[in-house]
This record gives sequence, structure tokens and C-alpha cells, in this order.
Amino acid sequence: MSNYIMPNLQKEKIKDYLKKEGKRLDGRAPEDYREIVVEDGVSKNSASAVRVKIGKTEVIAGVHLALAAPYPDSPAEGTFMTNTELHPMASQQFDIGRPGINAIEMSRVIDRGIRESGFIDFKGLCIKEGEKIWQVFVDIMAINDDGNLFDAAGFAAIIALGKARMPIYNEKEDKVEGYSDEGIPLNKEVLSLSMTFHKISDKIVADVSKEEEAISDFRLTIAVGDNNGEPRITAMQKGKAGTISEKDMQNILKLVEDKWSELFPKIKKYVFK
Amino acid sequence: MAEKGIYTKRNDGRKMDEVRPMSAKVGIVPSADGSASFQTGKTKAIAVVRGPRTLHPQHMQDAKTGILRVNYGMMPFSVEDRIRPGPNRRSEEISKVTEWALSSVIDLSGFPNTVVDVFIQIPQADAGTRVAGINAAAMALAHAGIPMREMVSAIGVGKIDKTLVIDLDKYEDSEFHDGEGSTDIPLVMTSRSKEIALLQLDGKISIPEFKAVIEMGKKACDNILKIQMDALKNITGEGNE
Repeated sequence: MSNYIMPNLQKEKIKDYLKKEGKRLDGRAPEDYREIVVEDGVSKNSASAVRVKIGKTEVIAGVHLALAAPYPDSPAEGTFMTNTELHPMASQQFDIGRPGINAIEMSRVIDRGIRESGFIDFKGLCIKEGEKIWQVFVDIMAINDDGNLFDAAGFAAIIALGKARMPIYNEKEDKVEGYSDEGIPLNKEVLSLSMTFHKISDKIVADVSKEEEAISDFRLTIAVGDNNGEPRITAMQKGKAGTISEKDMQNILKLVEDKWSELFPKIKKYVFK
Repeated sequence: MAEKGIYTKRNDGRKMDEVRPMSAKVGIVPSADGSASFQTGKTKAIAVVRGPRTLHPQHMQDAKTGILRVNYGMMPFSVEDRIRPGPNRRSEEISKVTEWALSSVIDLSGFPNTVVDVFIQIPQADAGTRVAGINAAAMALAHAGIPMREMVSAIGVGKIDKTLVIDLDKYEDSEFHDGEGSTDIPLVMTSRSKEIALLQLDGKISIPEFKAVIEMGKKACDNILKIQMDALKNITGEGNE
């Protein structure tokens, strides 16, 4: 991520090429995503586990449901928690140990995008009001960082939730006995997709490579859902110390509409089989 | 926006584009290099700057420039339920986005191998704590004489059901769930170039509404800048307040 060390010559080459040719070193236009590949069934022991690749960037996201007591302020609602592990297997820059600020920020941005969209039906996760509810965990493991882990993780999280199976609860013995064929309670119509854009030289760039990510001025992640065919923003997060000019903002908002129309139907298909 | 929603009157009687009563003070902590407080309604923030000072551990030093380090926290008694002291995921994220926002306007290239620490603490919270903290921190940095290209001013903007509002209080930010619910957008603007230094969003908002509410926020930031500049011109007894 940002502490990635690379030669100055390469940094300048990326910027120059973008500015003069309007292209990236791998030949992509600024707004192009790499190929997105999704694979289901990574672990049969969880409610779901999916692998998402964007180019060579790869993550696995798994969903787990656990029994718990509800929070006192929402006695009839389940709970939701997102956790991201930027594991050293994925990058020279990651270390073993407690989640650092990069992992914390990623978890919280993905968590908000999903929570605020209303995608999870929290009332549907209640077993007995005031006593027992389902806790939903989404755990995201970074497998390989070749840039834009933010989007790979975000896509993987919603696809894993969409594919998650409901556990079978044995009330008499108060325990979980395997999985049913049913999905977990979701409000499918409000699904929102999170996309990340970076500013490099004078361009707004989507789906950054690891090198592009290291040299960008700022990043802006935007989660967008569907409101009767119109895109609706459900979460945003600016990262890094660069500032967003009015023109940058106009460009990003236009790009986000285009990219959303292109990617949303694709990812939606994976979320709902 | 043209569309009329169910939130036609604010719970504290303010106009939709009206901020809460705001006040600012500079020079509140005598031993610090810079300090300031900022209050909007019942939300209070204090910020203290220490540095530039040598950064330890040494391997974190940058020979080209000093670095900015921000630590944001809520005091255990700042909200109704006691907050467990120490960092949590929320406070670590807010510290980082605040650090980015302030870094965008300061220049520490004259202080290699050093760190400037900014400590932000919230004694009383009624929503908008990160933006209040940033308003205080920007003043504290100026008070400490840290080279700044420009100031930053911060405001929370958002949407309650279908109505665009600024400076949300706790009720609007987290207790309003009817209709389209509440959308909360912390925003930081630079004072001269008028660019966005911090942007986060939670909720549901269309692209035209988003554009409109950012404009409302920009106007509010211009007024907040005046409050900050006034406080910097009237430093309260260099910390003997």
C-alpha cells in the first residue's frame, strides 16, 4: 500500500504516460478495471467462502454466523462485523499481528458500505427478542496484493453475504447443527457496490495497480446502490493527504455513474447466483 | 431539494442551513506548543500540539521532512454510556483521516527527523466530534507556529429523510430512522484553494443531492474560518485561561 518502495524513475514514468498518452503502463485506459474472476466454495465449513480476483489482486471472503445475545439497545436485531486481514502472505508490506490502520480502515469502509445500504435484514436475524440473535461475521483475507485490495475486498464481502447459507438452530439443545439450503436474510433490492478511484497526475484512475496506488494523491471510495434505476450513494471515504478540487469531484461523480452501470449488473449476478 | 419529506422542522428549531452556536478559543493548555478548543452546540473538542520534536523510534524518522501524527479520542464520560479508555477501531480511523486532512495544508520540510503530535480529545459529544476536533486542531497548529499553506475548516453535513441539513446533532445523526433515514457527511475544506481535504459518508443520498449539500457545507466552512481566525487574533492569555 502507501509504504511500498519503488524507484523514482518508475513513478515518473507512470505519471508521464498517463498525462501524455492518457494510458497506464499495462495499456488500460484510466477508467478500466482489470478482469474480475469469482470462485465460490473455497471452504465448505462456513456459511460461504468466495475468492475474488481483480487481475492479480486476490482475496478470499468468508461468512460465519454465530449465536449471541442481542445488544440492549436493539433487542430484536442481529449484528454484523467486518474484519480484514492484510496478511504477510499477500505482500512484502504486510506484517503478522494486530490489524494496523490500513486493515482497520478497509474493514470499516466495507462495513459501512454494507450496513448503511440496509442490505442485511437485521430483524430477520433475531431468534428470540432480547435473548438470542445471529451474529454475522465477514472475514476478508488478502491473498495477493497487486493494487486495489479495497475493491476486491468489497466485492468479495457482498458476494460472500449473497451466497451465505443459514445455519440450522436446534432450539431444544440450543446449538447449531449444520447448514440449511436457505440464504441469510437480505434486502436484495438495496445491494450497493463499492468502487475506488485515485487521482494520479491530472487523471482520475479506477482499479489501480500496486504501483499506481503507491503514488496517487488521494483515493476516494464510493459505495453506490440502486434507487429505482438511479444510482444512490450509500458510503464514501477519502484516503491520503491529497485534496479534491471541484473539477476532480465532477469527474469522479460522472465516472462513478458509468462504472456503476457497467459493474453493478455483473457483480449482482454473482451475489444472487 | 424540491422534494418535500417528513423532516420539515429541526428538533432544536434551527433552519436547515443553520449551524449550532459555535465558539472557539486559542491557548487553553499552558504547557503545550499550541492549543485550542472548538464548540458547536453541545459538542466540545480540545486540541493540543506538541512539537516539532525528535521522533522516536529513530527508524520512523524521515530525513526529508517532519511528520504529523494525530491521536483522536473521546473521553470516557463524553457520552451517556462510558467509553472504555484507549484506542478502538473508530478512534484509530478518525485519527488517520484527520491526519490526512491536516497534512494536506502543513509543510514540515523545514523540520526533518521530527514529529508534530496533535492530540484531540472530546470532553462532551453531541455528534460532529471529528469535525469539531479538526477545527480545534487547525487553530492549535497555527498557534504552535507550524508552517501552513492555508487553514482548514470542517463541518458535518447530511440529509434527514429528504431534507438537506448542516451541523447534525446526535438526534439527527444517529437517532433519526424514519423515511430515508439519516445521511452523515463529515467534510473538511481548505481555506484558500477551496478543495476537499476530508470526505466521508454514511447513509443514502442521490448524486444531485450530494452536490447540493457539499455546496451548503462550503458556505458553512467560510463562516467557521472567520470564527477560527477571530480566535487566533484574540489568544486567551497564552494558556492562562
